Parts: sequence; C-alpha cells; structure tokens
Amino acid sequence: MNKYIVILLMFFSTLSVADTLYITLEKDNALAIVDGESGKLLKTVPLGQRPRGLAFSKDQAYLYVAASDDDTIQILDAVTLKVVGHLPSGDDPELFKIHPNGLWLYVSNEDDNKVTVIDLQKKTAIAEIAVGVEPEGIAISQDGQWVVNTSETTNMVHWIDPQEQQVKENTLVDPRPRAAEFSVDGQWLFVSSEIAGSLSRIDVSSKQVSAKLHFKVAGVNDELIQPVGVLAHPNNELLFVALGPANRVAVVDIKTMTVKKYLLVGQRVWNLAFSPDMKRLYTTNGASNDISIIDVDKLKVTKSVRVGHYPWGIAVKAESGDSSSAGSMKLKPAKP
Amino acid sequence: MKLGHAVIALKGIIKRELWRFLLQRERFVAALVRPLVWLFVFAAGFRSTLGIAIIPPYETYILYEVYIAAGLIGMIQLFNGMQSSLSMVYDREMGSMKTLLVSPLPRWFLLTGKLMAGTFVSILQAYVFLLVAWFYDIQAPWLGYLSLFPALVLAGLMLGALGMLLSSFIKQLENFSGVMNFVIFPMFFMSTALYPLWKIKESSELLHTLASYNPFSQAVELLRFAMYGQFNGYAFVYTLAAFVIFMTVAVWGYNPSKGMMVKKAGGPS
Repeated sequence: MNKYIVILLMFFSTLSVADTLYITLEKDNALAIVDGESGKLLKTVPLGQRPRGLAFSKDQAYLYVAASDDDTIQILDAVTLKVVGHLPSGDDPELFKIHPNGLWLYVSNEDDNKVTVIDLQKKTAIAEIAVGVEPEGIAISQDGQWVVNTSETTNMVHWIDPQEQQVKENTLVDPRPRAAEFSVDGQWLFVSSEIAGSLSRIDVSSKQVSAKLHFKVAGVNDELIQPVGVLAHPNNELLFVALGPANRVAVVDIKTMTVKKYLLVGQRVWNLAFSPDMKRLYTTNGASNDISIIDVDKLKVTKSVRVGHYPWGIAVKAESGDSSSAGSMKLKPAKP
Repeated sequence: MKLGHAVIALKGIIKRELWRFLLQRERFVAALVRPLVWLFVFAAGFRSTLGIAIIPPYETYILYEVYIAAGLIGMIQLFNGMQSSLSMVYDREMGSMKTLLVSPLPRWFLLTGKLMAGTFVSILQAYVFLLVAWFYDIQAPWLGYLSLFPALVLAGLMLGALGMLLSSFIKQLENFSGVMNFVIFPMFFMSTALYPLWKIKESSELLHTLASYNPFSQAVELLRFAMYGQFNGYAFVYTLAAFVIFMTVAVWGYNPSKGMMVKKAGGPS
C-alpha cells in the first residue's frame, strides 16, 4: 500500500505548481502581474516612481516595493495590490532583503553610502549602518547570521552582524560588485562584479575569496559581459548569473567554478527568480522589455514574453502561498 | 497501366536512385558537408545577429545557427532536387530512363516516381544533417522531428519538380553550371534560408519582395514551422501550388509530341 502512496506522491511531485510573477517596470512605474507557466501578462498595477527591488513579507500578506525616485518602499496589500503604507527607506532605495526572522528589512541607500535597517512591525528605521561608497547588493545567510552588502565604488563586501547591526568585516572583490548570494549550505558567498566581468566565491568562515570565474561568451565583446543578478539553486550545485548586456544567463558549477552553459535570453538581463517548484527560472530583461522563462532541468530557454517597459525586479508567488524573489530569501531546498 | 507494372517500375526507380546515392560515397559526403560547412563556419560568424527579435515559430531569442538550420535543410533538398532531376538529362539519353520513357507506363507516373525517389534520398540526407546538428545544440522538440517528415516530402517534391522542369529545357548536362548560377544560387540567397524577411526588408524592399514570392522561401518556412511542431498554412498552400505548377509544366515538357522534347529534337517526326 505504502508503495502506491510513494508512487502517487512522486507523480504529483513532478507536476509543476502554478505561480504568479510580480515584476516591477522601471519605466512604466508599474507592477506587471504575469502567469508563470504561460508567461501571459494578467494585469498591470500603478506604482511609485522607478520601482525596482521587491519582496513579499514572511506571512505573504504584503508586497514591499522600492520606489527609487520616490525615496520610499511602498507596502502593497498582497491580495488587492493597493498601496497601504510606506517604509522609511532613506534615499534612492534599490535592492533590499528581509531577514529570515521576518522583522528586519535591509535596504542599501546608494547616495548616502549606508544600509538602513527597518523594523517591519513598527515601520521605522532602527539602524543606519555606514558602508562603502555606492552600496548596492544585499544578501542574508539562511541562518540569519550574516547580512552582506556590496559597495560598487569601494569594491568591497561588508559583513554586517544583525545582532549588533554593525559591519564586522570587509572583503575586497573585483571592480563594481553588484549582487551577492549565499550558497544554500551557507559555506560560500558569491559576488558578481559588473566591470570585471567576474564572479567571486568567498569562503564564509574565512571571509577570503577562494575562487574566481571570469565569464567569456563566444561572439560577445568582453565589455558587454557585465554580471549582475545571482541566484543559487537549492541543490547547492548550480548558480545562475545574469550577464546584463551580454544577453546571457551563465549556469555555473559552484564547486568547480566553471560555466556549464550560457543561455541566450533578452537584452540587459538583470534579475532572476525560480518558480516555487524549481522547474522554471525567470529573468527580467530590461532593454528588450520582456522576461525569459528557462526550463531548469533541461537548461533551455523555452520562451520570452513582453511584459512592459524596463522590467527590473521579480517576485514569485505560488498558488499555495510560497514565494521567492530577486529581493527576498529563496525557498527551502528541494533536490530537482 | 497495370498496377503490378507500375509498382515494379516505381520500385526500380527508387531502388536505382538509392543505390546510386549510397554507392557514390563522395556524393553522400558532399551532400552532408555543404550544409555542415555553412553551419559550422558561416553561421559561427553571425552567432548573435538575430538575438534582437523573436520571430515565429521561435518563442524566444535564438542564435543564428538555430535559425539557419531550417534553411540548410532546404538547401539539402534544393541541391538534391536539382541534381536528381538534372540527372534525367543523362538518364533519358543514355540511362535507364531511356528505356522507361518508351515503356507503356504514363510519363507523368515515371516522372513522379523519379521525383519520389529523389525526395526520399533528400529526406535521408536531411535527417542525417539534423542528427549532426543535434550534437551542436540545435535541438528541436521530439514532435518536431516527426512533423518535419511530411513537410520534407512536400518541399522535396516541389524542388524536385522544379529541377525536372528545368531538365526538360536543358539539352546537355554541361549546362548544370548555368542552372547553379541562374537558379540555385539566386533561389537560395534570395530566400528566408539565411535571413528572415524583416532583416531582408531592412536592406532592400526589392529583395524583400523577391524573397517573399520565392517558392524556396515558402518551402523553408514550411520546414521551419514543422521543425517546431507547428503548421504554416500559407507556406503549405504556396509550396503545394508551386509543386503542382512545376510538375504540370515538367510533364508537358517531357511530352514527346508537345513539349520541350519536340523543340530540342527540332520538331515532331
């Protein structure tokens, strides 16, 4: 009897889960709602000026969106998608992440060279942490022990202790670090460097760069290879890196730090997000006004769909309520 | 025409064409090397050329070698169709067709048989090419390889019929170079085999018009859509119509009392 239940469970585990994509449109000042499986644009909702990073609250009740030119993070009701409040993000918020405790939101303020920590319950800033020049990417380890911020001009990774809300250590990386991402096991931190066209793998225990990968794409000029968004697969084997104007997503083997495959997507690919069942990877392609959908098992781009002008950030929500986003924590590990 | 006789004749024609193809190794290699050189050498230089637009049947951005694959299958069929049909020039004077053409079997049947044999060979070549291309990461969905078959049949028949039609006008095989220069190359280059119509339109309105009406373009589009499990109705009707017209004129051309054979021989005896 148990055998049949296992077979039944295996069958259902292979079925893809319906999901909805929430994509910020930088130029349209709007949020595009897209069906994940078909890529069909369902509707568009107006937002503040130049919306970029976005993430769901831990209980899925709210959607936070950084409206960069309005110097605020908008709080949207996740069901009605109406703006119900604002967070004091500081100037020009772009990327942010929510701590696994669901209480603290870390946002980088590019113009003020600081990271602001916001208490999501009180909706107030509880700390302002001085970091390098032009802070950009934020990453938080799954155990919540480390918050990491990259500074574009200082070329550094700043290690913030969330208990003290202070920078504890710094790591020098290649020019113009953009996104950062912890491996699922928390052993490594990956940082993309836009100008160097490289990816650094940093050992979390020593805070030292342990390996580096320089991207090369046949037929594409080196100056067009500008690594930005980084996303780790929960299998702890693969890492996906958006290469900006190279119009490619690199699939990286994190142990050997070699590129398994380059996937052709739309122009100026920036941010990445998985579907809740890990079967699809979504990319926002700013310059071609579309998103690309990648079959994760086959490592093939299945379609590219127009969603609006300058798609930037992306958050994914399953019908059941799970979510992942370019600006939030990933889902629990699940071997593909 | 007795069915038994017809089947024997058809089997003979197809068998002969196949044997000729398989025994002439260099012909097989040449038929495969030509499109592969285009794929590995020519297309390599244009890898990212088409990465700026999505055109049906593709649903996402593609590299140039993916685009050109359907055109190169068309190229295989174009060259094969021409070569096979033009071998009629020799065959009808010296070879087996000389015997067959004086048999009581209808001329249209013999010509269609010859055409089917040539098409069959071109389909074999096309699938071998696709097998090699598969390892070069040009991979269509599995269904596409099946739906491609009927498209290959129609495209092969149409291009073979065109060759047959031309062969009725040609007196000697030496004139093949003329066919290469005035038919094969213009047909191939002024088509959607190498560039999509929107790209051609960017450079020349006239070229765009010529490419749109080129039956080879429609055959290539039929193949391209079929490769991805899709049906292009316009390309199908256009290719079918072209086949019917070319075949009708070819049969007329091979009619000893009316067609081109009369003119070549200097009038009816």
